[in-house]
Amino acid sequence: MKKMNKTTKNNFINYGLVLVLFAVAQTLSATGNLSNLLQGLLVPLCVYTIASISLNLVVGFSGELSLGHAGFMCVGAYSSALFSNVVGDALPSVPRLILAILVGAAVAAVFGILIGVPVLRLRGDYLAIVTLAFGEIIKNLVNILYVGVDENGIHVTTNSSGLKLAAGGKKIMKGALGISGTSTLYKDIKPYFFLIGVILILITLFIVQNLVHSRSGRAIMAARDNRIAAESIGINVTKYKLLAFTVSAALAGVAGVLYAHNISMLKVSIFDYNLSIMILVYVVLGGIGSIRGSIIATIVLYALPEMLRGFSTYRMLIYAIVLIIMMLFNWAPAAIDWRKRVLEKIHNKLPKKEAA
Amino acid sequence: MSFISYLKDGISLGSVYAIIALGYTMVYGIAKMLNFAHGDVIMVGAFVILTAITKAGLSPLLSVVLGVIICTVLGVVIEMVAYRPLRKASSNLAVLITAIGVSYLLQNLALLIFGADAKSFVPVINFPSLTLFDGRLTIKGVTIVTILACIIIMVGLTLFVSKTKPGRAMQAVSEDRDAAQLMGVNVNATISLTFAIGSGLAAIAGLLLCSAYPTLTPYTGAMPGIKAFVAAVFGGIGSIPGAMVGGILLGVIEIFGRAYISSQVADAIVFAVLIIVLLVKPAGLFGKNIQEKV
Repeated sequence: MKKMNKTTKNNFINYGLVLVLFAVAQTLSATGNLSNLLQGLLVPLCVYTIASISLNLVVGFSGELSLGHAGFMCVGAYSSALFSNVVGDALPSVPRLILAILVGAAVAAVFGILIGVPVLRLRGDYLAIVTLAFGEIIKNLVNILYVGVDENGIHVTTNSSGLKLAAGGKKIMKGALGISGTSTLYKDIKPYFFLIGVILILITLFIVQNLVHSRSGRAIMAARDNRIAAESIGINVTKYKLLAFTVSAALAGVAGVLYAHNISMLKVSIFDYNLSIMILVYVVLGGIGSIRGSIIATIVLYALPEMLRGFSTYRMLIYAIVLIIMMLFNWAPAAIDWRKRVLEKIHNKLPKKEAA
Repeated sequence: MSFISYLKDGISLGSVYAIIALGYTMVYGIAKMLNFAHGDVIMVGAFVILTAITKAGLSPLLSVVLGVIICTVLGVVIEMVAYRPLRKASSNLAVLITAIGVSYLLQNLALLIFGADAKSFVPVINFPSLTLFDGRLTIKGVTIVTILACIIIMVGLTLFVSKTKPGRAMQAVSEDRDAAQLMGVNVNATISLTFAIGSGLAAIAGLLLCSAYPTLTPYTGAMPGIKAFVAAVFGGIGSIPGAMVGGILLGVIEIFGRAYISSQVADAIVFAVLIIVLLVKPAGLFGKNIQEKV
């Protein structure tokens, strides 16, 4: 058999890691070693893993800071939950879920393009603040949106009393109260949601890893490392940054779909600035640009505080401190020099020992 | 008459945004970084003033002075510990993420110390209200003080930057950091001074904000901070008059949006303004177009 190159090997290690973790979780759960609390965490864990992998595509490979990832998750969650509720029992649950995922991803991607086109031509700091603004706008708008369906079609208004439905119609989206009952539509496949989540993680990995190691991916990274140099050799920087941003938005949308279909009450308040920051913390602590790091950091940082109760009041405080220290340690020129010096010292000592 | 009343509210809110935006715009102009923690320094300032009055029993004036001093020190310490080591980092993403970390740290520290429940801010500013048009329009004392403070700070800061030696050093650093250093300007001290002024102003902004909207939580500063950044971008980041005009325009837009469109989408309108500005005039109203060179 032909020897695998390093990239391919790395990719397969990531797939393997996810599968091994899945097998461990399934074994623990089958042997009854997993408490109800932890079992409830498995699907959200998949949601956040997908979100952090997709955010890493923007932060790590495209070198832009997006603070509106929760906004894309929100768009994906609401559009797919609406779709599921409107279609209802007209379709069996498996094809309905697949279509819902595609709807969520597509709508999030459209929003990614809408936001990305004006902003990606600007400098990075602006992107951060505009994506943050986008997240807030989405939250504001979804909060006042009322959607109902009856035999005449779909009705949309911005206040509760304005929703005039014919007899037999039902309200789906109720402003701040959100969408309820999406998960009951999927009662029959509910036990398999963790499996579905893992499959979605694998698909996300497949998309991101193949994008990063493709011709487009190298163009994205070239634009990140030196925009002007990349432009001068004919790379359309805006186009490739937009590509990365849109794919990332679509994948965040998928994370939102999974979240929306797993929960009984979908409320917009969860998709706030804090969620975007939390995902960013996962990406930064896992290592910017390291997909495997994102997966591991998400699992460790999400599961650990939930397991260690009482620690939770200090959780965000510790996240903040660790975030600052990690950034200083990894990026400050002084810290980089210091690490080099220490490594050199260790390196110099080792051969001496062998000689002695 | 309601139009004038809304306009007055808008200018008042806008003046607070303008004072916060001054902090953003100066730091951005000189250190070339987006100080995400600026909004949370406002919250710290407000908490210090409130605690000094209610717990320590200090007089309002002394409490405000204490708040300004603590915020100034805080701003300088944040810059020295978290931002300075990263100033020459290879990616400017690093300092941005660190700033988010600092913002989060301040919020969560305040959460641990003061708790999550909203505190009501004590009235600090006792200034008589002004009644116009036979009592049809009342301008509260707080509003007058806010607008006056905004004008004084704006004029003072413009004079400081254009007439004094440290102010000219700031201009030089913002123009070209390396050249300024070669001319004998102490760049580190100048950036520290910028953070000190910005953070001191944040304490005053905290006082004015909480006097107009007297509820205080650890998250009080975050949203006005972000909106003030929008104001700074609107006016042209790096420009002092720009921050002023941008802040006041944004305040008026927000209050009009709240009054005439819907109170629930007022924030969305403010952020939509940002996106439109970036689309139409990315350099802002008073900003300069900067060409990036190889």
